[in-house]
Amino acid sequence: MSKYLLNKFLFTVDRDPELVERYREEPRATVEMWEAEYANRILGCHTGESSTWLRFDDVEREALAAHDYPKLFELGAHPFLTLTLFIAMFERDHPPLGFQKEYARRLSHMSLPYPDIAT
Amino acid sequence: MAELVAVIASTHHPFYHRASTSTGEDRPPFADEWVRKVEAFRETLTRARPDVLVMVGSDHFHQLWLDNMPQFLVGKAPFYDANFYNEEREFGLPRMVFTGQEDLSAYILREGLDAGFDLAFSNELRIDHSITCPIITLRPQNDLPIVPVYTNIFAPPLPRPKRFVQLGRTIRDLVESWPSDQRVAVIGTGHLSLELGGPRQFGPHGPDPEFDRKAVEWISTGDLEGCLSEVTLDSLWEPGNATHGFMDFMLMMGVAGEGKKADYVDTYDLFHTMEAYFTWYPNGGDGS
Repeated sequence: MSKYLLNKFLFTVDRDPELVERYREEPRATVEMWEAEYANRILGCHTGESSTWLRFDDVEREALAAHDYPKLFELGAHPFLTLTLFIAMFERDHPPLGFQKEYARRLSHMSLPYPDIAT
Repeated sequence: MAELVAVIASTHHPFYHRASTSTGEDRPPFADEWVRKVEAFRETLTRARPDVLVMVGSDHFHQLWLDNMPQFLVGKAPFYDANFYNEEREFGLPRMVFTGQEDLSAYILREGLDAGFDLAFSNELRIDHSITCPIITLRPQNDLPIVPVYTNIFAPPLPRPKRFVQLGRTIRDLVESWPSDQRVAVIGTGHLSLELGGPRQFGPHGPDPEFDRKAVEWISTGDLEGCLSEVTLDSLWEPGNATHGFMDFMLMMGVAGEGKKADYVDTYDLFHTMEAYFTWYPNGGDGS
């Protein structure tokens, strides 16, 4: 269970145009590749100094692989990171603001207090 | 000593640039009035004739990340590149470059540390839309050197609201004690009620118009006591899950001072969030 690693996935994919497209088209394969190649990279260090201990649990891996953003919200992923990446992937398939409104609707079962996003 | 010639607090709406520059069918119906309001707001900075801008904002998970997250950070660099790929992608924001005012950065860092704020610093900082948006709205010619100050309103655990107010007071003290003859404006941006990535996002108004009404009243009257009596880290979840950005407004109230009424107040009710613009002239704003 690692909110941090979920957020790290969202953060590192969102800032890389190639990974954004790859995650849109092949989510499951991209999550698998990312967990193997990116999950343990410390962003300010070279790859010889990567971490050794970061991995998703099954629920997290499945939420990412299924593009299940309501589940990511429930798991405490940072809502700004999730929103930004999913807009990048799916806004293009909807009329203006259509995706953002659908996103809100799919989260409409959530009420305060929202899941904790503290690190 | 330097003179604090204007204190400006504003929302930073990343859609303004695209709305204001779009034409024909792409131009949204609210754009013309928005531009009119922003240009009037811009004049409140122009008339203060600043030489230097202290820019208070918050990195939106661009350069600052959870493996090394500062609470308050001051940039000290000769230049700052600005805006990120995902801001170009989502908002159409242009890439920009700012000049830094390193002397004032160094002064704020040294004196801020001595005043009890363990400020982080960055010698290579890429600025995001929390600072570029107010440049686009208030100083589009981008001709003044800046000192960027970043606050963490984004990645809990966050400093409490009172700490933002205290930092604002300290920034004011430091600007006014800076041994320089420069005219300084402090500009900070935040949010009123705002929801991002949650069920209340992108509604016809901000998610909590009642909070927005109270917030505008607190800011425009300088009612720090009332604001601090109601606003807590816990309470800020209620108006919307991104409303902790309101603490940057509280920081700016700290700069302006307890009980100081804003000399200029304007708002604009848009879909998704309310825009709000405030200017104080600590010395009357006569431009002298």
